[in-house]
Amino acid sequence: MISLYLAERSWAHAVPAGWKLIALALISLLVTPFDSVPLMAGLLAAVLVLYVSLGRAALRQVALLRPMLPLLVILLGLHWWTGSLEAGIAMVLRLLAMVLLANAVTMTTRMDDMMDAVEPILRPLAIFGLSPRALALMVAMMLRFVPLLFALWEALNESWRARTGKRGGWRLLAPFCIQTLRLSHHTAEALTARGGAPRGKRR
Amino acid sequence: MKDRALVQIALYAAIFAVLGLMPKFDLPIAGGVPITAQSMGAMLAGVMLGAKRGALAMLLVLFVVALGAPILAGGRGGLGVFFTPSAGFIFGWVAAAFVAGWLMSLLRRQAVFASALIASVVGGIVVLYAFGIAGMALKTNLSLIDAAKACLIFIPGDTLKAVLTALVAQTVARGMPEALLSRAPTR
Repeated sequence: MISLYLAERSWAHAVPAGWKLIALALISLLVTPFDSVPLMAGLLAAVLVLYVSLGRAALRQVALLRPMLPLLVILLGLHWWTGSLEAGIAMVLRLLAMVLLANAVTMTTRMDDMMDAVEPILRPLAIFGLSPRALALMVAMMLRFVPLLFALWEALNESWRARTGKRGGWRLLAPFCIQTLRLSHHTAEALTARGGAPRGKRR
Repeated sequence: MKDRALVQIALYAAIFAVLGLMPKFDLPIAGGVPITAQSMGAMLAGVMLGAKRGALAMLLVLFVVALGAPILAGGRGGLGVFFTPSAGFIFGWVAAAFVAGWLMSLLRRQAVFASALIASVVGGIVVLYAFGIAGMALKTNLSLIDAAKACLIFIPGDTLKAVLTALVAQTVARGMPEALLSRAPTR
């Protein structure tokens, strides 16, 4: 499983995850009410400076914005059409700045650090009988399931191709679902056999 | 929570991720709010798991996305996606799965295909778009009507996904009825 995390260390890696999340939340709240183009351009410029300070690998991640561009063009067009091009430009600048800023947090924070940082927020979930450890187990299981499901799909696809010479496509969905469900039953049985999911309130 | 429920929530969250990563289903006709199989993951979770577990599966997806895993269509992920114009859709998946699951148990006496189709359309399209359009209007300062116009192109693809979800539900109901948890007798 690839992550968006940058292995190359930068100064932002050393900042505790909690602080980065709080800063992100505060900035996102602060910039929401404003619609001025210079302000938003300034924000975007500041975020880009932040990226430069994080190093070349971080700058390369700006390319992740590319799939968003057509939508931004459409939205800008709609703004122009309904009256205010300026408000549209401010909106686009704000969106770009916030997406990049949030991505910067993701790039510089390891997944388990992030999990530790949000754990206090998750504690109330214990009321519903879900301990943070059970949640951590679910996250781990989910990430492990992904490559497993790919392998399952590929196996089905290959057997379909062996019989028809074509790609299975959507026809594989039903057998795929049944096989994955069987897989999940086995996993659940294995989990129960090993003492079950953690239930305690403490991590 | 029972072990089986726990595993199945993780499983449907994983299916959701797989649907997003699958290039065959990825049709990036218009970027940003990409046309992907992913909203089908929300429909499936609701229709198969029921309201509560379906919504929990989608919450797990959101959580893992927030932690930084690039499991959304086109390899997107991380905290950034919650600030894009399509953030409304991302939060909408939770509600979509919940409503779809709730409808499935409401229609438990009807044929599986029909009720799964209704559940997918109402949950995965009506509810999802209500959230998506509201989110887009909020993030982009467009009026609700204009935001709705920007979303309309995705409706045909989503209808197809609802039909596929219903087909899957019917097949599973035939081949492995106990796996259709949304219709399991409440314990």
